[in-house]
Amino acid sequence: MKYRENAAVRFVCFVLLPLLILIYSAINRGHYYSDLICLFGIHLILATSLNLVNGFSGMFSMGHAAFMAVGAYTSALLTISETQKARISGLPEWFQKFTLPFPLALLCAGLVAALLALLIGFPVLRLKSHYLSVATLGLIVIVRAFLDNEDQFTNGARGITGLPSYSTIFSVFLTGLILLYIMYRLIRCSSYGRGLIAMRDDDVAAQTLGVRIVTKKISIFCLSAFAAGIGGALWGHLQTVISGQFFYFTDSFEIVEMSIIGGMYSLSGGIVGALVMTFLPEILAPLETGIMIGGFQLPELYGASNLIMAVFLILLIIFRRQGILGDSEIIVESIFSKSTYTGIFKAETYRKLVDITKAKLTGKKKEKTAK
Amino acid sequence: MQNREPYTQKIIGNRYTKTKASFEKSLCLFLYQLGKKGKSLKTCLNISGLGMQFKGVKAVQNVSMNLEEGKLYALIGTNGAGKTTIINMISGVLKPTAGTICFQETDITGMRPDRIAKMGVTRTYQNLRLFKKMTVLDNVLMGAQMHSTCGAWESVFQTSRFRENEKSMREHARKMLDIMGIAAFEKELAGSLPYGNQRKLEIARILASNPKLLLLDEPAAGMNPQESHELVDIIRGIQKEFGLTILLIEHDMKVVMNLCEYIYCMAAGEVIAEGGPEAIRNNPRVIEAYLGKRASHVTN
Ligand SMILES: Nc1ncnc2c1ncn2[C@@H]1O[C@H](COP(=O)(O)OP(=O)(O)O)[C@@H](O)[C@H]1O
Ligand SMILES: [Mg+2]
Repeated sequence: MKYRENAAVRFVCFVLLPLLILIYSAINRGHYYSDLICLFGIHLILATSLNLVNGFSGMFSMGHAAFMAVGAYTSALLTISETQKARISGLPEWFQKFTLPFPLALLCAGLVAALLALLIGFPVLRLKSHYLSVATLGLIVIVRAFLDNEDQFTNGARGITGLPSYSTIFSVFLTGLILLYIMYRLIRCSSYGRGLIAMRDDDVAAQTLGVRIVTKKISIFCLSAFAAGIGGALWGHLQTVISGQFFYFTDSFEIVEMSIIGGMYSLSGGIVGALVMTFLPEILAPLETGIMIGGFQLPELYGASNLIMAVFLILLIIFRRQGILGDSEIIVESIFSKSTYTGIFKAETYRKLVDITKAKLTGKKKEKTAK
Repeated sequence: MQNREPYTQKIIGNRYTKTKASFEKSLCLFLYQLGKKGKSLKTCLNISGLGMQFKGVKAVQNVSMNLEEGKLYALIGTNGAGKTTIINMISGVLKPTAGTICFQETDITGMRPDRIAKMGVTRTYQNLRLFKKMTVLDNVLMGAQMHSTCGAWESVFQTSRFRENEKSMREHARKMLDIMGIAAFEKELAGSLPYGNQRKLEIARILASNPKLLLLDEPAAGMNPQESHELVDIIRGIQKEFGLTILLIEHDMKVVMNLCEYIYCMAAGEVIAEGGPEAIRNNPRVIEAYLGKRASHVTN
């Protein structure tokens, strides 16, 4: 009986719900809401990948926009049509006709971003705390300058247009799920992740327990950049137009904000942060044009949503610095089995809750049978 | 063998006659030690002319030591004598400014700490460096996984080798927690343990890595007498059971004199005396360093 209930809930969660969303998105392709859901999926990839560096390895990088840009341009150049390519002067002959299918282009986007991370990782990761942050900001400026000035490869400040709109809810969330699975396994279930968290907690002790700091830092930086590159590519294929200005400080800060709001010490925190930062501004948007609340006509409050978001962030930093989730993960599977639970509540609290609800349920049943 | 038995009984009988089981256990240990003494003792760690200078401060000068395998050594000295600095240099946390350190005939001077650790030289810290946000079991797993050859990608694909490896590491880690007597707390966060248990956890963590040399930096500091007594028993036990070489920094002279076979005494960055417990107890320079000049005149 119990197993069947679980199976039913599982069926709804993992089969029915995704199916409904997919059907919805297939019907409403390119609509406002399905684009918003796509954007959420992309933010999710970016925020969780930033958490790998900022939360799990104890460094604080703010350069995600640079890796996004590199990923977006790589995927764009690999997928746009011949006529689009003809506008970009400096591409070699063989490259003009060369296109890759979308999944391969995504992979390349990730790899090129990871390569960039590897190159700058050696000098930059020697720095500590805020020096590292400033250096990663510098990286954004360098990448922007490159994109704007190397006309022959990037079409300069005009950017690249006509990217095929490959980013659908299906492709975005499938990519997101694969990346999340890899990150989760690496961080939470392996010696690698254990060593990483140990390094964050106490690097000296970790070193004398056989953890090689340099390789740990560089590898996690590259992995994070890999996911960011893919996120950037997906973003490009959602907007279909990219140029250097879309990958600058504000965009980087937005991702940092997501990761802080949701909680940078957990992967789920990235998801929650992406959720809040994608949908809250949209919910608040009507305030700016003036709405009716209970018969009152509110005046037009331009900038209100930004203001509220800022206040929200300040309050969060004052009262819950570790973010909404702190360092706990929400694990879907644990909702179904007691023993492996490692979620928001402590295991004991959770068991108590289960016992109480069970007692209530059985109590009600007994009453019914008594009647 | 026959003529040896009464002798062993005499020696062991004095120390342990509480229960028959503990007597038998200690007899086995004693015979094991006897068997080991038959072989020629090898050098585990050799330090010569070691020096460390922090800008103007000469924290350690011209220190030489020779630790033989399977023995328990003590390093004593007043605060600021340079004991911790020596352990920092052996474990690779600090690079010495002079001298060499050889571990089992390999020169490890200035090597990276992780490589030194992988050779079997492990240490604890005077001010505790646990991974406070990780569970007790995860802390010990950090030690257990040191020699694991399982790559990170095997965890992504959940290969059977990875699962077996993880399982055996967990078992091993639990065993170590059991030895230190803190197995009941395995799911708690390391930072939430009481202080004495945190010290034990730090030892369990390095024990899990199958070490050859333990460098224990004041493992009983901050413990009450009963706890520290318990800890000393455990240290004696693990040293015999695993045949480890241990260098122990300790302030309690009773413990040092009873437990250690050989003692190095430091003052102001130099080794001022070394030898067995008796020799150290009666050494005028040691008494001077600990009690002041006048006291040493009195005893003389
Ligand atoms: N990182 C450091 N920088 C400067 N001086 C240090 C450092 N570490 C230790 N010292 C100095 O070296 C001397 C020995 O310190 P330490 O080895 O910690 O002594 P002990 O452990 O014997 O109490 C002390 O005078 C201390 O001030
Ligand atoms: Mg010290």
